[in-house]
Amino acid sequence: MIRLCTVSAIALAAGISVSAAGAATLNVVCSNEQAWCDLMAQNFKIDTGIDVAMVRKSTGEVLAQIRAEAGNPKIDVWWGGTGDPHMIAAAEDLTEASGVDTSQLLGWARNMTDMTDGKAIGVHVGLLGMIYNTEVVAAKKLDAPACWRDLAKPQYKGEIQVANPKSSGTAYTELATLVQLFGEDEGFKLLAEIGANVNQYTKSGSAPGKAVARGETTIGIGFMHDMVNLKKQGFPVQIVAPCEGTGYETGAVSMVKGTPHKEEAKKWIEYVISADAQSAGLEVGVYNIPSNPGAKTDPDAPDMASVKLIDYDYKTYGSSDTRTRLLERWDAEVKNAGGQIQE
Amino acid sequence: MKRTAGLWLLIGLIGYALLPWYLVGDPGFWRFGWLADPVHLGPSALVSMLEGRWWLAAPLVGFAATAATLGLGKGQLTAARGLVASGALGLALMVAQGLLILGHGPRLGVPEGASQPGMGAGALVVAAALLFVLTTGVSGLGKGRGDAFITGLVGAIVALVGLFVFYPMAFVLGRAFELRNGAGFGVSEFFPRLFSPEIWSGACFVGAGWCGPAVNSVILALATAAGTTLLGLAFALIATRTEFRAKKLLRVLSILPIITPPFVIGLALILLFGRAGTITVGLHEIFGIEQSRWLYGFWGVWLSQMLSFTPIAFLVLIGVVEGVSPSMEEASQTLDADRWQTFRYVTWPLMRPGLANAFLLAFIESLADFGNPLVLGGNFDVLSTEIYFSIVGTVADPAQAAILSVTLLVLMLTVFLIQRQWVGKKNYATVTGKADSGRNAALSPALRWTCYGVAIPWAVFTALIYALILFGSFVKLWGYDHSFTLEHYVRAFKIVFRNGIHFVGSAWDSYFTTLWIAGISAPLTAAVGLATAYLLVRQKFAFKNAFEFSTMLSFAIPGTVIGVAYVMAFNFPPVELTGTAIILVIVFVFRNMPVGVRGGIAAMSQLDKSLDEASIMLGANSFTTLRRVIMPLLGPAILAALTYSFVRAITSVSAVIFLVSAQYNMATAFIVGRVENGEYGISIAYASVLIVTMLACILLMQLLIGRRRLRRADRVEAH
Repeated sequence: MIRLCTVSAIALAAGISVSAAGAATLNVVCSNEQAWCDLMAQNFKIDTGIDVAMVRKSTGEVLAQIRAEAGNPKIDVWWGGTGDPHMIAAAEDLTEASGVDTSQLLGWARNMTDMTDGKAIGVHVGLLGMIYNTEVVAAKKLDAPACWRDLAKPQYKGEIQVANPKSSGTAYTELATLVQLFGEDEGFKLLAEIGANVNQYTKSGSAPGKAVARGETTIGIGFMHDMVNLKKQGFPVQIVAPCEGTGYETGAVSMVKGTPHKEEAKKWIEYVISADAQSAGLEVGVYNIPSNPGAKTDPDAPDMASVKLIDYDYKTYGSSDTRTRLLERWDAEVKNAGGQIQE
Repeated sequence: MKRTAGLWLLIGLIGYALLPWYLVGDPGFWRFGWLADPVHLGPSALVSMLEGRWWLAAPLVGFAATAATLGLGKGQLTAARGLVASGALGLALMVAQGLLILGHGPRLGVPEGASQPGMGAGALVVAAALLFVLTTGVSGLGKGRGDAFITGLVGAIVALVGLFVFYPMAFVLGRAFELRNGAGFGVSEFFPRLFSPEIWSGACFVGAGWCGPAVNSVILALATAAGTTLLGLAFALIATRTEFRAKKLLRVLSILPIITPPFVIGLALILLFGRAGTITVGLHEIFGIEQSRWLYGFWGVWLSQMLSFTPIAFLVLIGVVEGVSPSMEEASQTLDADRWQTFRYVTWPLMRPGLANAFLLAFIESLADFGNPLVLGGNFDVLSTEIYFSIVGTVADPAQAAILSVTLLVLMLTVFLIQRQWVGKKNYATVTGKADSGRNAALSPALRWTCYGVAIPWAVFTALIYALILFGSFVKLWGYDHSFTLEHYVRAFKIVFRNGIHFVGSAWDSYFTTLWIAGISAPLTAAVGLATAYLLVRQKFAFKNAFEFSTMLSFAIPGTVIGVAYVMAFNFPPVELTGTAIILVIVFVFRNMPVGVRGGIAAMSQLDKSLDEASIMLGANSFTTLRRVIMPLLGPAILAALTYSFVRAITSVSAVIFLVSAQYNMATAFIVGRVENGEYGISIAYASVLIVTMLACILLMQLLIGRRRLRRADRVEAH
């Protein structure tokens, strides 16, 4: 007991000396890839001289945290990740308008700003697409999919992997996209038909792409910029932009309401929408489409001009009423109706 | 008694008059900024009160009553009653003012216009003083055999568990009674939702759809608990009762899985047994067995949980198996029982507390496990993942998360009660002061070969997995491009020697934070856990069962729920901790404490009470007895508690994901981020470094604490 107490005391003292240091810094929570988070923080510090403390969390986790911390936030800025949670945060009054000038940004980014009264500002766009493993497709002598409707073909039974829209924003975007493309009833019918081929509803939106890369499944649905990354890593995969057209998500940056570091937070937001800062993403394999028209892009990255895009209705499909209703319908008509694949 | 109470009164008054009552400035008390900068200590409660915060007189009322009792009290009993009353009064008033007057104004409208920041050092000392005045009074009433140390210990643990387990949990569990669409609170929706078929459906048994997560969780937890307990027992028997040559290697292998960060085992299993895994493809090419996705679902999760939790069962069991007295086994053999009979009728029953505790721990671990089901679950939904996604999913439903948590707690309570029933009230003490030959009985040949047959293939399998993990950290793209590279290590752990040493690798920050936070929390966890175990095994007091269960709670609640609960409870005064390193330490201490408790109970049940009694009769008080007699005999239990809490602090994910802040990031949060992004190379390289670090720390601890000297030679009787 005594020895334990002594050890604890020494350990505590050691802890004190470590934690005593530290001045006021900008606390940023980042929902992008870790390498991109680190690079941006490092560049920001060099260019502005403001210290940044950065942590990476997924959008759902950030939303849960700023809800719990509402009124006394410990986070100053939330950067990156899909736009829906940013819009929910704006609607729940968890974030506030930073007043940053967004006039030089692309149209969709300004739309996002207008829809949220300036609380969330668009930083990038990710397009929804399909990915398949070329080796497995060849070995199993399957056709390469080209359209959403192809996924309902019986030859793909047990070969498709999609995320669960109840846990993943990516999959919700897919659900909303099909509903907008084909109409609600027709869209759910197609989803149920695809559901009969699905071998697993993953929890995370990027999991199907990774499973395809390793041949654990044949076809996956997800965001195309993640897929480009997999392809560049050397996996035998092919990326498909569905022929009927596809939906997209707008990543955003928001200032948390009641932050004590407003000035620094504003500087951060101005920084991440600048052309130079966004161009740096290519160094760490970020292949989504940046919101500043001056930012550089990769030739392999998906391009909004060459892909048929739907006019994604954020207002309707981002609202929590529509969301709850569609997800309940998905539970009843897709998940529970889909044939459980016995393997 | 009066002297002790007087001492606490003095300490309390000093805390009240001199120490800063509130959190100070930006760094705050809990970040210890005030130690580095003692000039801006902030006002003490006395000063604050005189400056207008009249409600701070609350603790003073308690102290005044204490002083009055000490001054006036005639006779022991009256004085004791007075102390209990005054301590309780002071504490109650203090808690009331803390909960009513918050940072941004008072609750319930009274009193108008008052506000205060979170409590700090002064408040801590005053609260402790009032608490110990109260417990000293209780001991004066004859409770806890009139020993102020015992009642004080009970009081302190109850207060800590109350503050750091029940208070935050109330925030989350309260939401289970929330009505839909913001219609307030009520029970009308609670029971229908708790027993809804969505949670409890057994449809998969009749082949008609999906089973509810509760059903899945129970089946999985039972299978994992049974499997790990038996496997752990096989390892423990080999280690203590056979002449197996590679015992040391076996021990290391059995420990490896708990020091592995989550996701890594799952990843390795996918690369071996997934549809495109090495073994699957090999079987397909040689025997034409179809490549299937069997791994994704119950079997995969079970396999990875077996790999992850067998070591826990082993750690609990080894101490118990070692402790079973040879003299009992000898007596049995003298009475002409053969080795099998000796094992079946003597050794096995004496191991019951160990078996039961190992089973319970594995059951709870499996219920609360989050990483393995996430990676390998497929469509096999379990409670822990469902809870996580009802908090962070596309539609946040905290009420559903709370209800699922209640379900989890009910399951855990049930198993806890069954376990108590099975262990029963028998006496398992076999470590007595009496002399014995110090040699354990050997196993019967059939049993020995069964143990070998089970444990050795398992050990080989574990070794294979780890070889693969290590391999993965040195190749460019695991599974595809196997050319050798050090790139992953360089990116994570690069050091530049230019004008001194610069740790420029991306992993260094979180690596250092993780190590020192784990280093602080491990001894604290062991201390709190073993103190609790001592009370449970050796002392009698009212509500002991409820006390025991309450110390187990935080372990069973999934990390995600704990994390959110901590944020909700400790983001505001009266206790404001979020964004600090202390909150991480606290969450680890109270989450891992049950392991110390279980291990301690198992080990202490074996120590004969006559040892304590002898010590007490020779004039030692219970503190000295604990320190000089019991502690030295608990070497393995202390080691297990220290090791386990240290390791858990390094490897846990779900609890810390909401609590890590930009300044205090943890290794696992970093690794999870990389895994999500598909950067397996750097994740595995980081994991390998963590594994080596932990292994080194464990060996160091083993050296420092040493083995308990039981005079049981590490040999078995000749065959």
